[in-house]
Amino acid sequence: MKLIFERSVEGYYNEMISPCDVPTTALPEEMKRQKELHLPSLPQPEISRHYTELADATFGINNGFYPLGSCTMKYNPKINDEMATYPAFASIHPLQPEHTVQGSLEVFTMTEMLLKEITGMNAITFQPAAGAHGEFTSLLMIKAYHKKHGQPQRNKIIVPDSAHGTNPASVAMTGMITVNIPSDNYGCVDIEALRAAVGEDTAGLMLTNPNTAGIFDKNILEITKIVHDAGGLNYYDGANLNAIMGVARPGDMGFDIIHLNLHKTFSTPHGGGGPGSGAVGCKSLLKPFLPDYYPVKKGAEIGFTRPVNSIGLVKGFYGQFSVFLRALTYILFLGSEGISSASKSAVLNANYMLHELKDIFEVPYGESCMHEFVISLDKLKKETGVTALDIAKGILDHHMYPPTMYFPLTVPEALMVEPPETESKERMDDAIAVYRKLYEDAHKNPEAFHEYPLHAQIHRVDEVRAARHPIVRYDFALENNE
Amino acid sequence: MGNYLGSTPQQQQEMLRTIGLKNMSDLYQDIPKEMIIKNLAIPAGKSEFEVRRILEKMGKKNKVFSSIFRGAGAYNHYIPAIVKQISAKEEFMTSYTPYQPEISQGLLQSIFEYQTMICEITGMDATNASVYDGATAAAEAINMCLEKKRLKVLISETTNPMTIQTALTYFSSREIEFVMIPEKDGLTDLSVLKEKLDDTSACFIVQQPNYYGGIEPVEVIAEMVHEAKAKFIMSVNPVASTVLKTAGEVEADIAVGDSQPFGIPLAFGGPYIGFIATKEKMIRKLPGRIAGETVDEAGDRAFVLTLQAREQHIRREKAASNICSNQALCALTNAVYMSTMGARGIQEVAEQCYSKAHYLLDGLTQIKGVKRTNDSPFFHEFVTTFPVANEVVLAKLEEHDILGGYPTEQGLLWCVTEMNTKEQIDEVVALVKEACGQ
Repeated sequence: MKLIFERSVEGYYNEMISPCDVPTTALPEEMKRQKELHLPSLPQPEISRHYTELADATFGINNGFYPLGSCTMKYNPKINDEMATYPAFASIHPLQPEHTVQGSLEVFTMTEMLLKEITGMNAITFQPAAGAHGEFTSLLMIKAYHKKHGQPQRNKIIVPDSAHGTNPASVAMTGMITVNIPSDNYGCVDIEALRAAVGEDTAGLMLTNPNTAGIFDKNILEITKIVHDAGGLNYYDGANLNAIMGVARPGDMGFDIIHLNLHKTFSTPHGGGGPGSGAVGCKSLLKPFLPDYYPVKKGAEIGFTRPVNSIGLVKGFYGQFSVFLRALTYILFLGSEGISSASKSAVLNANYMLHELKDIFEVPYGESCMHEFVISLDKLKKETGVTALDIAKGILDHHMYPPTMYFPLTVPEALMVEPPETESKERMDDAIAVYRKLYEDAHKNPEAFHEYPLHAQIHRVDEVRAARHPIVRYDFALENNE
Repeated sequence: MGNYLGSTPQQQQEMLRTIGLKNMSDLYQDIPKEMIIKNLAIPAGKSEFEVRRILEKMGKKNKVFSSIFRGAGAYNHYIPAIVKQISAKEEFMTSYTPYQPEISQGLLQSIFEYQTMICEITGMDATNASVYDGATAAAEAINMCLEKKRLKVLISETTNPMTIQTALTYFSSREIEFVMIPEKDGLTDLSVLKEKLDDTSACFIVQQPNYYGGIEPVEVIAEMVHEAKAKFIMSVNPVASTVLKTAGEVEADIAVGDSQPFGIPLAFGGPYIGFIATKEKMIRKLPGRIAGETVDEAGDRAFVLTLQAREQHIRREKAASNICSNQALCALTNAVYMSTMGARGIQEVAEQCYSKAHYLLDGLTQIKGVKRTNDSPFFHEFVTTFPVANEVVLAKLEEHDILGGYPTEQGLLWCVTEMNTKEQIDEVVALVKEACGQ
């Protein structure tokens, strides 16, 4: 595919704005940009075709089965998008007077009310822009809480070794220290290791439940109690909430603060990497520490307030508004039964696929799961030399997105499969057949696997070259030399 | 009850039988019984029609102004129809971060093209696939500049307050000293800056044009900052950057900003999109995703996420940042906007912003008692005071469906873009005059 710059022909001007209708004022010469500005120049039909070509070479949820573990790639409803682009919401300036934005503010308070009930929390902020940003926000709140309560020495956050990489990275950003603890054979928290890790310096625990292996930690009440007894707080990473919405609530498990990935659990689009929305919910004890601009009802009107011990702003304005407006649309449509039925169906899907694959693939964490499960290809690799990566690349040739590869880090040659509730039985049956066939092929003709994919847009890429000699932009000088 | 389930109840029963369970609740045997909720106390599901009605009714509680003279970090520009249509394409909208390059070349190429355009706008060598917004971009840029012996961060008070507050929050729990450089006559007070810069300074941040619209003398500032061997971070409005001296031209080390003006709707503050661009030598300090060019096994050009050794999923607590998600769809939107408008189109937008803002100021200052707060050169925002209270002026404008300037401590902060016609500007002047009792 040509780059848009390679399609450019000088001299096109798409008439988008009207000519200036006031007397022009010239910018003083000494302030002017000297460097020529290279941007594409091509007629609108060609721009349209260029992006259609790029879209054709992009795999979206509607292109096929998308069982990306830990990412909850569920269908993104169209009504959500229509509401997000509705001009009465989309054209509102964030700094309009409060009495002119009551509708937008109601989006906050109504979404908060619904999510409070779903999670068992007492307050929700929508300011964090993404999951990792929500983690960071929550950790700052935990830190501020301990400081306020005269315990600034609490600076250690306990993180299981199976956690997402963002957990320890977020801890580092707050100046706190990560204490990694091992998981037991089911990827669950090793209770004895946890007991040994907690103490006077414990600020909190970060945990996702179900965990990254797709297992619900049965000892959850004991775990959160150990941390509470030691004076720490419990943080719930909402990455896997899609397993338990409407069935069980983090708030009832002893968690004090949680982040939600609205772009996973609540059906808002991933957009090729964002924008997401990492709403943070907390129990009353942490409410005074929420970020600035927390909307509350003041008499008949809703207005922003600054919580008394607020950690401050974590970004400009109030959050990814159009994203959580989509989440609100989704929750209103599903309602009480729809929410729990979504989670139950996701768990059913995962268990069905696990059941149909467990006879040939190794299943390190047992024969039942929550909304996702992990298979290990370690044995296959030892027998045939075919790796998890090779199988994933083989799947690409069947017009499916592969599962998440090499995660969690605690399982060798891991593939993590998450078929969300919006996947049909037929789609899963197709995928099961493909996975099983690839497994057989790996034994018959392992050599072929190193060439896969054969029918994708490109062959495997040279990642080392990309990293060693980074080319991260088009060089217009090259063009001129040609 | 609404749902988006992929299978029918009959198929679900079939699957349950296959795995040897009777009903759906059997799936949750691992969850302690006392924890299972009996009834989720939220309203029952509704038809799509009903949901639409509820939300449209909610939307009607907002006031949509027919003309907007307010910016202060969120800018009202024309969004071409093609920009909305292309960024709504399902493949771009619904795909995941392009971890599988073999089936994500379109998305990866779009990021590469976006990166190129941002480098062109800012005059820098390298950038990433975007960050959350302008304020967090500034915070991430500060993080790139910190060194063991340089932990002091200088920020001009003429920077958008939300950027300053975000930066303060980001580093609130670390041993970083923040020094505010005061404003003087609408611009950064350079004598104080010179005095505060020393060999413990990590960086200085200034916004161009600044929060009050003023055009800062960035060349002089760059020299001053570099003399102290500190890094210079310029937070730029990308529209202004197409006509003003770029960060690259004045040798800034990092350019950050919010490219919301490039095709992103106001949407009550988000999602917007932050960019962070730098010189070649600091490329490995960039946070977040970066698309790079390479070749595939057949030797053909290919794109891939690169320099991943910096990132959280590899480095965990030692990562350059915790960033995982970015604003990819907004980056695509930016790229389509820049492609549609072209250099000539965006520069025309910038020039109109400049001319029209000056035209409004001329009109306003003809009114007795209306004054601009300083004489600094400005781009498309400026502050004025009135012989009457700000509220009186704003109320008058609101009656006529006009969103006036943003009330700040100094006065009303006005913003004019290509969206404001001569007729609208003249109307504002006439109404302000009326509000001032003239």
